[in-house]
Amino acid sequence: MESFKTLMIILLSSVLVDNYVLSRFLGICPFLGVSKKLDQATGMGMAVTAVMLIATAVTWPIQYLLLNPLNLGYLQNILFILVIASLVQMLELLLKKFSPALYSGLGVYLPLITTNCAVLGVTINNINDGYSFIGSMVSSLGCGLGFLLAMVLFSGLRSRINDANIPAPFKGLGATLIAASFISLAFMGFSGIVENIFA
Amino acid sequence: MNILTAFLLVFAVAIVLGVLLLLFSHLFMVKVDPKMQEVRACLPGVNCGACGYKGCDDYASAVAEGTAKPNLCIPGGKDVADQIGAIMGIEVETFENKVAFNACNGHCNATDPIAEYDGIQTCYAASMLYGGPNTCRFGCLGYGDCAAVCPTGAICMSNGIARIDASHCIGCGLCSRTCPKGVITMIPQDTKTVVFCSNTQKGADARKACKNACIGCKKCEKACPNGAITVQNNLAVIDYDKCADCGICVKECPTGCLKTVFFPHRAEDTAIAE
Repeated sequence: MESFKTLMIILLSSVLVDNYVLSRFLGICPFLGVSKKLDQATGMGMAVTAVMLIATAVTWPIQYLLLNPLNLGYLQNILFILVIASLVQMLELLLKKFSPALYSGLGVYLPLITTNCAVLGVTINNINDGYSFIGSMVSSLGCGLGFLLAMVLFSGLRSRINDANIPAPFKGLGATLIAASFISLAFMGFSGIVENIFA
Repeated sequence: MNILTAFLLVFAVAIVLGVLLLLFSHLFMVKVDPKMQEVRACLPGVNCGACGYKGCDDYASAVAEGTAKPNLCIPGGKDVADQIGAIMGIEVETFENKVAFNACNGHCNATDPIAEYDGIQTCYAASMLYGGPNTCRFGCLGYGDCAAVCPTGAICMSNGIARIDASHCIGCGLCSRTCPKGVITMIPQDTKTVVFCSNTQKGADARKACKNACIGCKKCEKACPNGAITVQNNLAVIDYDKCADCGICVKECPTGCLKTVFFPHRAEDTAIAE
């Protein structure tokens, strides 16, 4: 069981230092695809955060109560994918019933999370890092918030790129990728900060 | 033995998840009006908003509830109106096709810019800077905001103004609502005579701004045998209920801003871009 200080370090480091999009390069597809408008980017970020939390809450017990006692650690990937995909489908049904506005707002992005590698990455990394259940939940919350932060930052940047007069060869995806690499570089500045904040 | 446990475990998890999904889909089923889905299937799916509703889904549910008339879908035209009428079992009123028309002929040979604009290349941005770089304060700016929103690609920018290909126009009115200058109007498909200008300045000023401008000389107003043309605010306006398409005004007009036109009917291959 981690202390409060450790939990804060886990949270902050997964938001800033080990940001899933900008440092570990997972979940790039929605990062580039859904970041054109701020409201869509925020919606996608929230949805991913929610799915990461639920997925961790389910996959952590599966790993420690089913796979480890049975010595079936190698089934981790396939079982996690199965569980996450079904969870997203259930979440979709629930949203459709109880919050049609959010459902139509998220639209196609919710099913897209099914195949989002950031969600699978969070669940597997939580196991690999040996976090407790609480630690895993905090870590996936941090990763979700980090994803949200990256999406919101990048959607703001993209709206500025759209208005700028860019040389023809860099128009569209070219300028977008260059901008993404700059943000990624900027986030490298955070490395080594978090451990010292709580020292 | 290990393989058997692995197999059984994955199998069991899959069964549990499958049953859960089945339960969820039954417990949280959302009832959808079948009529709404049928109506939605007839609609073109442009989500243009010409009907006055938020999108095709919104309009379909309004029709299914009986709060909207079946002939409001302009891109769909008469065919869609008839289909919706058949589904809902109600009589469809007459349907009039409309096309977008750019009421400005201020192309590069007729008017000069007063300034060189080097900002964001959209009409909306250009019009915010002292109303745009054109000499004429009313005319088409030519940066193609309308072409960018057109769902069928019927608009192209040619010689500094927007040209609309009526054979690909579905009449949704998106361009008309997007244009910051309001020069694009929706007019009946069978219109033959149009005023190719939106300038309401006095004759001499309008002439200075653009060679093709309407100078408000009232020659057309006097010549029209049906009294269909009136000059309002120094600009000729045609009342299409009275106009008999005789073409007398076109011959009288000294600047050539009255023109006889022909809007071809929509081509079969008009495709709506996603």
